[in-house]
Amino acid sequence: MSLVLTLIKRDLVLALRHGGSAWLPLGFFVIVSTVFGFSIGPDTALLGRLAPGLIWVAALLAVLISLDRMFQGDFEDGTLDLLRLSPMPLGNVVMAKIAAHWLSTGLPLIVATPLLALELSLPAHAFPILFLSLIIGTPSFSLIGAIGAALTVSLRRGGLIIPLLILPLYIPILIFGVSAVDAVLAGMSPWPHIKLLGATFLMAAVLGPVAGTAALKMAAD
Amino acid sequence: MMFLANPVRFLRLADTLLPWFRWGALLALALGLYFGLFASPPDYQQGDTVRIMYVHVPAATMGEGVFVFMAIASIVALVWKHPLADLAAKAAAPIGAGFTALALVTGSLWGEPMWGTWWVWDARLTSVLVQFFLYLGYMALWQAFEDPAKAAKASSILAIVGVINVPIIKFSVDWWNTLHQPSSIFRSGGPSIDASMLVPFFIMMIAYALYFGWIFLWRLKAEVLARRVQTRRLRMMEA
Amino acid sequence: MAAFLAMGGYAAYVWPAYAITFIVLLGLGWTAYRAVKRQESALERLDAKVEEGRE
Repeated sequence: MSLVLTLIKRDLVLALRHGGSAWLPLGFFVIVSTVFGFSIGPDTALLGRLAPGLIWVAALLAVLISLDRMFQGDFEDGTLDLLRLSPMPLGNVVMAKIAAHWLSTGLPLIVATPLLALELSLPAHAFPILFLSLIIGTPSFSLIGAIGAALTVSLRRGGLIIPLLILPLYIPILIFGVSAVDAVLAGMSPWPHIKLLGATFLMAAVLGPVAGTAALKMAAD
Repeated sequence: MMFLANPVRFLRLADTLLPWFRWGALLALALGLYFGLFASPPDYQQGDTVRIMYVHVPAATMGEGVFVFMAIASIVALVWKHPLADLAAKAAAPIGAGFTALALVTGSLWGEPMWGTWWVWDARLTSVLVQFFLYLGYMALWQAFEDPAKAAKASSILAIVGVINVPIIKFSVDWWNTLHQPSSIFRSGGPSIDASMLVPFFIMMIAYALYFGWIFLWRLKAEVLARRVQTRRLRMMEA
Repeated sequence: MAAFLAMGGYAAYVWPAYAITFIVLLGLGWTAYRAVKRQESALERLDAKVEEGRE
């Protein structure tokens, strides 16, 4: 377990040290949400109704652009091979990388959400559910995203193909997340959608590491 | 199944089976068109648009079935390392993608007169669209790798991950009460459609399946031959 | 005959549905056929080269 934690810490330190590229997803999230706000204009009622979808899409895109960095750095400089040969199971390595990815990408997005929700005139009573939906949804994005990142790690321009592979799998998460917040806006219960979101998280928690590990093993051969 | 691992044996089997699939498909398609367009009545509610069902539902069913076939072939390729299984999945994919696209387009053409809209983000339409994108991603993944062995393994993993979408499509109309109607044929109480419409429907289902068999055997034959061309080219370069 | 073509007023939907079905199925068949032919002719050319090499 401590090996996993060490790996997570190492990845976080590396991400912070890389300065610009680590903040890119967050910056992208903020800018995209702002651009959405500009394009829809001053109708705050309309903006507020669209806000859940817009924020979720901005979060999804921000995670998507950061996925290719999950394994590629370590693959290229040989660290991944070293990790494979180490006594630590490759599955643990994958889970550590997913955790580090969420901590460096998903978590900052969640922290920035209140600012953007205000910017896009989301009614205040929907904030808590927006938070909850992103807290469950962004780890799911990292888990499923690991599959795409692992499948394409050996490709030189693999980052371009990741969205094509991963977006179809992200769509249910997006739909459930947005529906939960929309439900609150419509005065209905968000819990059926939150439960479905939770179910997709559980599936992602199994599928992501398993498929990601299989893909990494294949890439390294 | 390992019996077919030998490419020569497979090619011989394919050549024997091809005429059956070819003529069976053409006959079934002709019969299906006859019954679907001529010898069946319009629906009392939907009028003649019900005839779209005879091309829409078989396309949708085949789109899902081919994905399941791809996933099973991918499992066989990864787990048992059967030499032709990954090629089988590769050969099937474009056909499944075509069927899925047909399901989406004919569905829209049916939806506009019936529901008043070309598209709606309901559970079944969305998950069928997702399936179409999964097919495209699978085919793109095969092209993205220079090493065909790596491409095969990566695509196999994607197919297995993506097949989870298929039961979601199947059950989406039962779990969510949105626009697309629930199952009226493959349900526990038996079909709720009149026999005069079941005839063209089932003939077209069989026709599409036979057509898949025909085109699939052609494509798999092409893939096996392509591999043979590759090995021969490599051998010539070494000589 | 005209009634048949009119499809109860829904001709604009039924006929395009069948037409595109025909086109896509034909397209799938045609590309598969071309693929087989391409590989078969490539093999023939390679076999001919091998024969030349032997002589």
